[in-house]
Amino acid sequence: MELAAESGLKKPFAVIQPRKSLFQLDLGSVWRHREMLYFLVWRDVIVRYKQTVIGAAWVVVQPTITMIIFTLIFGKMAKIPSDGIPYPVFAFCALLPWSYFSQALARSSSSVVNSSNLVTKIYFPRLLIPLAASVAPVVDLFFSFIVLLALMAWFKITPTWGLLALPLFLGLAIMTALSVGLWASALNVKYRDVGSIIPFLIQVWMYASPVAYPVSMVPEKWRLLYSLNPMVAVIEGFRWAFLGKGSPDLTMMAVSTAVVMLLLFGGIVYFKKMEQTFADDI
Amino acid sequence: MGDVAIRAENLSKRYNIAKLKKRHTTLSEQLAETLKSVLHQNGRSGKSSETFMALNDVSFEIGQGEVVGIIGQNGAGKSTLLKILSRITEPTRGRAEVYGRVGSLLEVGTGFHPELTGRENIYLNGAIIGMKKEQISSRFDEIVEFAEIGKFLDVPVKRYSSGMYVRLGFAVAAHLEPEILLVDEVLAVGDAAFQKKCLDKIRNAAKNGQTVLFISHNMIAVNSLCQRVIWVKSGEIVEDGSSADVVRRYLTKSVQDRDLSEEVWDSAAEAPGNDMVRLRRVIVKHQDGRLFDPLSDPLTMQTPFRVEVEYWNLVPAAQLHITLHLYNAEQIIAFTTGNINTTAMPSGLLRSVCHFPGDLLNSGSHRFVVMVVKDTNCVIYSHESRVAFDILDVRERHGSWYGKEPGVVQPVLEWTTEYLGEDGARGQF
Repeated sequence: MELAAESGLKKPFAVIQPRKSLFQLDLGSVWRHREMLYFLVWRDVIVRYKQTVIGAAWVVVQPTITMIIFTLIFGKMAKIPSDGIPYPVFAFCALLPWSYFSQALARSSSSVVNSSNLVTKIYFPRLLIPLAASVAPVVDLFFSFIVLLALMAWFKITPTWGLLALPLFLGLAIMTALSVGLWASALNVKYRDVGSIIPFLIQVWMYASPVAYPVSMVPEKWRLLYSLNPMVAVIEGFRWAFLGKGSPDLTMMAVSTAVVMLLLFGGIVYFKKMEQTFADDI
Repeated sequence: MGDVAIRAENLSKRYNIAKLKKRHTTLSEQLAETLKSVLHQNGRSGKSSETFMALNDVSFEIGQGEVVGIIGQNGAGKSTLLKILSRITEPTRGRAEVYGRVGSLLEVGTGFHPELTGRENIYLNGAIIGMKKEQISSRFDEIVEFAEIGKFLDVPVKRYSSGMYVRLGFAVAAHLEPEILLVDEVLAVGDAAFQKKCLDKIRNAAKNGQTVLFISHNMIAVNSLCQRVIWVKSGEIVEDGSSADVVRRYLTKSVQDRDLSEEVWDSAAEAPGNDMVRLRRVIVKHQDGRLFDPLSDPLTMQTPFRVEVEYWNLVPAAQLHITLHLYNAEQIIAFTTGNINTTAMPSGLLRSVCHFPGDLLNSGSHRFVVMVVKDTNCVIYSHESRVAFDILDVRERHGSWYGKEPGVVQPVLEWTTEYLGEDGARGQF
């Protein structure tokens, strides 16, 4: 009898049942599995640098070549203004967060489908998959960061104290990539053509962001609409942090951040709803 | 003790058949579909409501420290049950409470990355199956020793043989030591020595007070490891009781149920197998290719016959061969036979044929387990075939014994008897 009473009192380690509420997000389990997140990111980074022939050099070469092309086409031929900053520095400053973003978005969108062997065999919070995929490319950023500093030294531009705010904008970039990645990766499990839409989306998105041109070229009346794109705030933030030119427009920042928060929250809810059938649909 | 480890109440899982048949829809198809149904103003939208219950109202309780076997034929719902208990998929209805950390071994080497070395994969795989970093570090040497990978530790696992790969995967998993261990047919892969190691590890887990839930087609293993067995059929529990009783009744019943002369799967997606190999057909035929007719043209002890296995090889240049384990009605392995292959097979459909001579097997019902073997010694897939064949004894009897001869085989051997003379033997002494 005593034993029975005791076992009756004992709380289960886990209860398995159909999820009742749309907003039962269980984010605590993501925190408890943070070590696994670390290993997933670690795997992505190691594999990336092992597989590519020139390894680390690739992440520097790619944005550098893009920067050179942009400088020739947009800077020299189209004569797009760059707010008084040497065009190469102007472009590279934006390419830094942009290459991260496009990488992170591309990888996180396909992350769940690519992890089908894990999803069907092991339990862990599925949110870790797109999360790891959006965080891993941050490592690439570090290398191009050094290139940018070298480039700035060449053009004799001294970095400002604004650099201290860089993690803030980087955080915004990660959240933007993650929020879209959450939607796309969950959709991709069900609809496989989402995978082929993403590269196109990234391409369109780049022209909707101030990578090759300054925000000042966008007509004033369209600015608010323009800033619905969170990458506007991210890129403007990066330029300001490195070059100290044109302090960021706080309204635009607020709008961008609000958009990201909304997308992210919706993304988590949608992802959690879809994850219930990942193992069956994948 | 007497404490509960797992309590399942009315667990049910429903699958949509239409969804299972059609692997993936595309977003554009879905949009077109939605548009069509809006334009045609009918709410039905051609959606099929055909469903099937992979698990239907399953309830049971498992005490702490119990080792319970789950048996049943392919597709009975065993794996679905394990997937729900390990939280890989959600139940449609019902609930389960687990009291303790659950570790599941549904496959070994899950999450191994081919580009990473053995050492790196130990950490990665360990983290994926739920180990802490310190836990992995402190067991690292043990894991390496258990896996017997020796000097391959710092070699990318893509260079491993399939045997090494499986051993390393199991070695990591075996050191997880959860309070509740769920095991799904891991023992069907790997060589004999490795299988023994796995069994020992599970036996030790039980000794250490871990609760073990163990799916297997290997009745001998189930019988020796588990005190209790749950028999599942069509998503429901048929029987739940002491191993010896349940296993015996299951075997008797399944022999009766499975008088098929052929198993065929039309599409690779539905066929049993994995991402290396899928079965297409298992069939028993006359030596000349005719089918047996149990009434007019039965298989007798004298008739030579052949067993054909058709399978899709999904890995280009894999060295595959088929091994058959032939069982009689008493569940004794009469013998095993295989045609060890050391040439690389292209990917695609393969057929292996084994010719059985007449005057070999004893009479009675027979069935076999089909194993696909890679690299001459590593079982990559094992299928308990439902094809069963009855061998009739239609010999004319000259002696006084009319019953069935004992023994698994009844070969016709050559005998000679010589007369050695009236006192030929006496001279020896």
